[in-house]
Amino acid sequence: MRGALCSIAITLIASTTLAFDIEQQQLFQGQGDETLSILSTTDIGIFRPVIAAFQEVRPDISVDYVVASTQEVYRAIYEEGAQFDLAVSSAMDLQMKLANDGLAQGHSSAQTDALPDWARWQDQLFAFAQEPVVTVVSQAAFEGRQTPATRSDLIRHLRDDPETFRGRIGTYDPRKSGAGYLFATQDARQSDTYWRLSEVMGGLEPKLYEASSAMLNAVESGELAIAYNVLGSYALARLDQKGAATIIELEDFTNILLRTALIPANAENPSGGAAFLDFLLSATGQRVLEENSGLPRINAGALAAQSYLRPIRLDTGLLVFVDPLKKQQFLREWSAAVVQ
Amino acid sequence: MKRVVNQSISIRRRLLLQLLFVAILLSGLLYLSVRTVADSAVERTQDSILGAATIAIAEELRGGEEGVAVDIPYTAFSMLGSIGQDRVFYRITIGDETVTGYDELALPTEPLNGLTPLFYDDAYRGLLVRAAAVERSVLVNGKALPVRVIVAQTRTSQQTIVASLAERAALLGIGFFVIAVGLSLLTARLVVKPVSSLVEAVGRRGPQDLRPVQRPVPRELVPLVTALNGFMSRLSVALSRTETFIAEAAHHIRTPLATLRAQAEIALRQTENEEARQTIRSMIRSVDTSARSAGQMLEHAAVVFRSDQRSDEQIDLSLLVEDITESYEPSAEMKGVRLVCLPHAHDITVDADRILLEAALRNLIDNAIKYTPKDGLVEVSVISAEGFARLEVKDSGRGLFGAQAAQLTGRFQRGANVEDVVGSGLGLTIVKEVARSLNGRFEIVEREEGGTCAALYVPLRSR
Ligand SMILES: Nc1ncnc2c1ncn2[C@@H]1O[C@H](COP(=O)(O)OP(=O)(O)OP(=O)(O)O)[C@@H](O)[C@H]1O
Ligand SMILES: [Mg+2]
Repeated sequence: MRGALCSIAITLIASTTLAFDIEQQQLFQGQGDETLSILSTTDIGIFRPVIAAFQEVRPDISVDYVVASTQEVYRAIYEEGAQFDLAVSSAMDLQMKLANDGLAQGHSSAQTDALPDWARWQDQLFAFAQEPVVTVVSQAAFEGRQTPATRSDLIRHLRDDPETFRGRIGTYDPRKSGAGYLFATQDARQSDTYWRLSEVMGGLEPKLYEASSAMLNAVESGELAIAYNVLGSYALARLDQKGAATIIELEDFTNILLRTALIPANAENPSGGAAFLDFLLSATGQRVLEENSGLPRINAGALAAQSYLRPIRLDTGLLVFVDPLKKQQFLREWSAAVVQ
Repeated sequence: MKRVVNQSISIRRRLLLQLLFVAILLSGLLYLSVRTVADSAVERTQDSILGAATIAIAEELRGGEEGVAVDIPYTAFSMLGSIGQDRVFYRITIGDETVTGYDELALPTEPLNGLTPLFYDDAYRGLLVRAAAVERSVLVNGKALPVRVIVAQTRTSQQTIVASLAERAALLGIGFFVIAVGLSLLTARLVVKPVSSLVEAVGRRGPQDLRPVQRPVPRELVPLVTALNGFMSRLSVALSRTETFIAEAAHHIRTPLATLRAQAEIALRQTENEEARQTIRSMIRSVDTSARSAGQMLEHAAVVFRSDQRSDEQIDLSLLVEDITESYEPSAEMKGVRLVCLPHAHDITVDADRILLEAALRNLIDNAIKYTPKDGLVEVSVISAEGFARLEVKDSGRGLFGAQAAQLTGRFQRGANVEDVVGSGLGLTIVKEVARSLNGRFEIVEREEGGTCAALYVPLRSR
C-alpha cells in the first residue's frame, strides 16, 4: 500500500500538478534566491502582516504561501507527498496524525523550547496561536432575553422559544469541515450536554456551514440568531466594529483551539521552514500575530485566569477521531442528531 | 643505625586499597541495582498503561448484524500521552484482516490470552516500539469472530526517564564512593594508630632497655607484643650470659697460662743445661703467644658483643688519648721507645662507646710500640677534619713491607714484617670492627720517611 502511495506521489510530482484543492496562493518575493513554501489553512489576508514582518528580518527569503482547507492540507502532506517547508493548520487532530505517523521532522531551538508543554508535541508539532471556540448570537434575536452563559442556558432558550430560533441556528458541518469536526468531537468528549444541544438544534432545522466567515456574515445580516462553534479570532475581527452580534465564551467549557505548524519530513528547504517557525514563536512574531493578524499569542497565563478555558491538548488522544471507523461512527451519530 | 627490613605493602595502604575496592564494588552495585530497579519500574509502568489502553479499546468492541463495531475511547490514546510524548500506532484485526489502524504493524507471534495483554518489542517504520496485544471474540451474526487489538508506542520518553534516573543513580554511586573514600581514609588511620604508637614507644627506648612492653595494646597486637617481650627477656638473659661468659673465659684461660709461665721461668732459672733452657725459652714464647692470642680473642669477642650493645656517651677525645697514651708509657720505656702525645685542641668530642674506642686505640699504640725498634718514636695525635675526629698513631718503625690495610685487618692475618714479635693477628681486626661499629673508618699506610701511620676516623658529635 505504501509502495502504491509512493508511486502515486511520484507520478504527481512528475506531472507537476498539485492533486489537492488550493484556495489561494501568493508569492511574496524576497531579494534572494531562497524560497520558502508554506501550506496553510489560514487566509492570506490574516497571515500577510506576519509574512511582511518575517521578510523584514529575512529579506533574502521569498515566501510562497498556499492556502487550502484543513482536509486538503492533511491530504496533500499525508497522501500526495506534496513538498512544503511548513504546514500550518487549525486541524490539530490531523496535524497530530501527520506528526505521529512520521511525516514531520524534528526541530528544536530556543523559541520551541520556550513553549509550554501543552503547546507542543515532541520536537515536531508547535502551537503558535490559541483561540477560543465561541458562540456568536445576534443581539436583535436576544433583545429582552438574557444572553446564554452555558450550553444548558442555550438549550433552555431553544426549548422555550423554538419558533424564534427555527432555521436561525448555524454551526459547522463536521462532515465537510475539518475544524468543525474537531470542535464537534472535542465538545462530545468534554460533555454529554453537547449531544442534548445537538438534538435540540437538530429539531430546529439548523443551517450547516463550512467556514466561520459565512456563519458570521449570516449573524450580522440577521439571518442567524445563533452561530455555535465559531473561531474566536474571526469573530473578533469581524464583529468588533459593529454592535449587531455578541461573542460568548460559554462558561461550562470553552475549547481553545491551537493553531499548529510542523516542518514536513520531505521539505525541500527545512531550514527556511524552521526560520519561519522560529519567527512565528519569537516575541516579535507573536506580537505581530496578535496585534496585526488577530490571532491570540500563546499565553498560559490567559488560560489559567479562566478555568472554563480548555486548551485542546496536543496529545495522541487526538488520533482517536482521525480513525476512519471512529469518524464514520461519530458522523453517523451526529447526523442522526442534527440532520434528522 | 637502621637495619633494612624486608618490607611488604603497608597495612594502612592494604587496608585502604581493600576498603576502596569494596567501595568501588558497592558503588557499582548501588548504581546497577538502582538502574535496573528504575528501568524495570519505568518499563512496568509504561507497559501497564499500554496494556490498559489496549484493553480499553478491546472493551468497546461490539458485535452485531453488520460486523464488528469499533469505538476507540478517547482516553485510550490520551492516557498514553500521560507519561511522555510518544508516537502511538494501533491495529485492530479480525483474523489477519485489518479492520482499522496501521496495517503494517506486526501481529504478535505468540498466541494471545484473552484480555491479558501480551507485550512485545517490535520495529515499526524504523522505530523501536513496544506493543501490547489482546484478543476478544465478538459475536457477529451468531458467529464468534476473534478480534485482536494491538497498540504500539515508541519508547522515547521511557528512555528519557531512564536516562535521567540513571544519571541520578550514577550521582548517588559517586556520592557514596566519595563518602566511602573519606571514611576509608579515616578507618585506615584509626586502625593503624595503635600499631604506630606502639612502634613509637618501642623506638623511643634506649638500646640497653630490654624491659618488657607494659603499655596496653589492642587484642590483635597482644600475641606480637607477647612474642616481643619473650624475645627481649631471652635476649637480655643471653646477653648477660655472654658477658659473664667472656669475663669467665678470660679468667679461666689467663690464670693457668700465668701459672705455667711463672713455673717455666722458675725452671729456666734453675736449669743450667743450655739445650733445656732453649726448650724452656721457646715454651715461654709459646705461652706468651697463647696468652696474647687468648687475650686478643676475648677482646675481639668483647668488641663484637659491644658493637651490638653500644652504649654511647659524649667523649672528649683529647682526654681519652692522653689517658691511654699515659698507660702505655711503661711498656714504651721498657722497649726504649719514645711515646709522645702531640698537642691538640680540647674540644674534639664524639658520641661513642668508650670501651670500643679504648680497645681500638690501645691496639694501635700497642702495634706502634711493638713494631718500632729501640730509640724509635711513636706519636699519638687527634685532630678534627670534615666532620670526623682523626685519631692518629705514627711510628718510626719498620713499615709494612708493602702490605695493604685490607690484608692486615683480616682475622689472624699478620704481616711479613713481624719477625720474632709476638702477636695473634687480631689487633687490626678489632680496630676495624670498632671503626665499622662507630660509623667511622680505618686507614693504615706506610710513611714516606719510614715507619707506619695508622688512623681511626670517628664522626664528630653533631651539635
Ligand atoms: N705499627 C706497625 N708497624 C709495622 N707493622 C705493623 C704495624 N701495625 C701492624 N703491623 C702489621 O700488621 C699485622 C697485623 O697487625 P695486628 O695488630 O692485627 O697483629 P699483631 O700485632 O701481629 O698481633 P696482635 O693481635 O697480638 O696485635 C702485624 O702482624 C704487622 O705485620
Ligand atoms: Mg697488634
